[in-house]
Amino acid sequence: MSEQQTTGKRKKERHNFDYVLLTVVLFLVGFGLLMIYSTSSYEAGIDYGDSAYFLKKQMTSTLLGFIAMFFVSRVPYQFWKKWDAAAFLGSAVLILLVLSPLGLTRNGATRWLDLKIITMQPAEVAKIGAIIYEASIISKLGKSLKTPKGLAVVLVPPAILALMLWQITNNMSSAIIVMGIAVAMLFVAVPDYKYFVGLGALGIAGVTAIVFYANASDASGEFRMQRIRAWLNPEAYSTDTAFQTLQALYAIGSGGIWGKGLGQSMQKRGFLPESQNDMIFSIICEELGLFGAIAVIFLFIVLIWCCMVIANNTVDLFGALLVVGVMSHYAIQVILNIAVVTNTIPNTGISLPFISYGGTSVLFLLAEIGIVLNVSKSVRA
Amino acid sequence: MILITCMGFFMARNKTTQKKKTFIMCILCIMVLVGLSGRLGYLMIFCSSHYTHLADVLHERERDIKAARGRIIDATGTVLADNRTVCTISVIHSQIENPQEVIEVLCRELDLSEEYVRKRVEKYSARERIKSNVDKETGDRIRKLDLAGVKVDEDYKRYYPYSDLASKVLGFTGADNQGIIGLEVKYEEYLTGQKGQILTLTDAKGIELEGMGEKRNEPIAGNDLYISLDVNIQKYATQLAKQAYATKQAKGVSIIVMNVKNGEILAMTDVPEFDLNEPYTLIPELEAEAAACTTQEEKQKLLNSMWRNGCINDTYEPGSTFKIITATAALEAGVVTMEDNFSCPGFIIVDDRRIRCHKAGGHGAENFTQAVMNSCNPVFVTLGLRLGAQRYYDYFEKFGMKQKTGIDLPGEAATIMHKVENIGEVELATISFGQSFQITPVRLMTTVSGIVNGGNLVTPHFGVRVMNQDKDIIEEFEYPITEGIVSADTTEKMKYVLEQVVENGGGKNGRVEGYRVGGKTATSQTLPRGTGRYISSFLGFAPADDPQVMAICIIDTPQGQYYGGQIAAPVVRQLFENILPYLDKMDYNQ
Repeated sequence: MSEQQTTGKRKKERHNFDYVLLTVVLFLVGFGLLMIYSTSSYEAGIDYGDSAYFLKKQMTSTLLGFIAMFFVSRVPYQFWKKWDAAAFLGSAVLILLVLSPLGLTRNGATRWLDLKIITMQPAEVAKIGAIIYEASIISKLGKSLKTPKGLAVVLVPPAILALMLWQITNNMSSAIIVMGIAVAMLFVAVPDYKYFVGLGALGIAGVTAIVFYANASDASGEFRMQRIRAWLNPEAYSTDTAFQTLQALYAIGSGGIWGKGLGQSMQKRGFLPESQNDMIFSIICEELGLFGAIAVIFLFIVLIWCCMVIANNTVDLFGALLVVGVMSHYAIQVILNIAVVTNTIPNTGISLPFISYGGTSVLFLLAEIGIVLNVSKSVRA
Repeated sequence: MILITCMGFFMARNKTTQKKKTFIMCILCIMVLVGLSGRLGYLMIFCSSHYTHLADVLHERERDIKAARGRIIDATGTVLADNRTVCTISVIHSQIENPQEVIEVLCRELDLSEEYVRKRVEKYSARERIKSNVDKETGDRIRKLDLAGVKVDEDYKRYYPYSDLASKVLGFTGADNQGIIGLEVKYEEYLTGQKGQILTLTDAKGIELEGMGEKRNEPIAGNDLYISLDVNIQKYATQLAKQAYATKQAKGVSIIVMNVKNGEILAMTDVPEFDLNEPYTLIPELEAEAAACTTQEEKQKLLNSMWRNGCINDTYEPGSTFKIITATAALEAGVVTMEDNFSCPGFIIVDDRRIRCHKAGGHGAENFTQAVMNSCNPVFVTLGLRLGAQRYYDYFEKFGMKQKTGIDLPGEAATIMHKVENIGEVELATISFGQSFQITPVRLMTTVSGIVNGGNLVTPHFGVRVMNQDKDIIEEFEYPITEGIVSADTTEKMKYVLEQVVENGGGKNGRVEGYRVGGKTATSQTLPRGTGRYISSFLGFAPADDPQVMAICIIDTPQGQYYGGQIAAPVVRQLFENILPYLDKMDYNQ
């Protein structure tokens, strides 16, 4: 409790990575690979004749991710400050490229770019792009942040990115995340509360209105409205809209307290679509039970906590905002993902950071960790 | 770490709010995650059994194990309907390693076209059935080859050791071993076993998961049905019916043999019979018609006609055998005595109609017994008219003629009779000698049994008892008996009269050396009249003084000679010659 102890600890951290954070990330990634193998091996064995098909692809991306993390963690984070415009424009251009012949359509949605050697999702770039843009612009604006012009400069570009993600790639989840990151960073940077309390109240009112509207609309309505109706009453839409949600609930519910044991999931055997992607958490619940699930949530809490500690101990606002951006990115995705699989909110495709299958996702998530690690190296004494 | 942050707060200078807000945001996120953990706890503890059940239903596949069906066993202990082990050959696509070899072997062993087998082997399905009811030797041979992905499941198929014996009585079973006609369908609930199940876990495509364990509920075999039918008597009866069918080139010959005292049926045949092991193969008699069939529906109609049991499913005009009922009613009502004398001029005028006796020129003077022996139409018309429509009708009802007998076979036909208010003198006259209405052979036989056995209207039946595989009695069947349909006095008189018919009258071809036989012949023209087509029949019972067994033989549309006394009575005589000594020996005559 003494001042000396704390100071001593901080000194130790001064020129080193935050090893707690690194350990948590390594554990999450390792656990993720294990669960990807567990969830995908059965179907992969049937569809591709190689039960490790998805595991191998994800391991390649993870390896690339660690290389990226390593290099990014060596780049002094101030370097990113100059990249505000580039981050925004680069993200926007990549999203637009989806419309070019490079665009790749999978499962009916054009969200990928085929870069011949690898495929990537511009949405993942847009998230890190938004973090760098916001951190850089907010720290540059300083006192003029509170002016209307300042707010416009901070909020309009991410809004444009979000709108593009939503309309061009039909990816509302990523749009919500990009916008969420921007609002979270602004929340931290602006001293006031009232705007955000107002925004929150407005948001709650809006959501309530939409839910009521959706509930009153008829079955032939727009598919997002249908998703809301399916959310309210999954068993009534068990064969179509709520099929995946209900299958996830089966998996979660049948896991019980102790789970069926690693590899013992039944739902992954073709019953739960996308079980290695967005729905991987429900298989974790089924195989490892409530204890396994809470252990995973606890790891994410530790991850978020570490980010908060680093953010609050940086020497400058830019570094703090970068970490806050990354933290909010992780937090939003974890919360939304778990909320979706437990049918707490309507179904929307959001992956679980570090654990869900997805190459671009893990690559950029690890690159973001690289930034945080670099910031952690220069925490204040 | 909380410490560090708290310290961070205190040490913060100009950026206090920013750090505070970072902290608040972090705490908010953690609170939401804790809330979601609570939601998980709710789902995984309180909703666990609900979702586990739903998931189990989704994951478990049941594969039925057929239960052996109960056997049908006759009075001598001979098994008439049995089970044979057969095999069902199927393939599991995902487990096949060498499709070409599988196709070749299955084509060769099962005698199937390559195209047929290939289509099924290459079909991506959980389990594809190639052929059922494959005999056990072939199944064993295929199993020995141990081909990956080829499954040989043992199964039961109904097997009838006597092929066409009592085919219309026993009936047969369908693809799922369920009864289709006859006793097989009537006693379905006793004969059918309880299916067993193999519960296996499968993936979403229905492919069984190996090494995930399986639960097995063993099947319970059905109970055996013991019937009163006697295979030896049935064989005699069938043989005689077939002989008459061939020599008389008849449309059909039916023989029923029944225990007069309790209604147990000892034999029932309706030639032509069909092969129970090939129930969907038309008999040669129907092949010409089958060739003319164009639709499936027409073919089915032919099959239905082949399966029909004329003894109970069809009605006919009984003709002179029905005079037993008229005579009984007249004696009961006292409108005639044994001593009454009649005179037959060869015809009788009723209203303005002249009804002829079968003997042109008439029988002349005759007493009541002689009139029955002569089967004299004018006398019976006289008796009918003496009774009057209402009284006649009341006896008709009292003798059970209006109701079905309640025999334990499906599809018993009902009596087709005039309404009492529509019976005029002419109708009454024709009814008196057995025309203008229709009954089933078994109906006539049951009522006549009641008349000669002392007035007990029995229920004709086959089912005696049901026993399980350990020979424990599950159920002993009891059948209703209506007592007192006629007085003992009338019974004695009728027995005497009917014995006289066989001894000295029109039924003398039914006489059996060394036995006292009673009976009555009949020859009735079929509708429409005037086509020269007849139904000849003879109903006989023995011993005449204390009737134990009754037999009826009905020959439908014989060629050449057609008098019942000449062609049907000898059939019953031959039958009695064979079975009466046998029944003595079998101690049936208790």
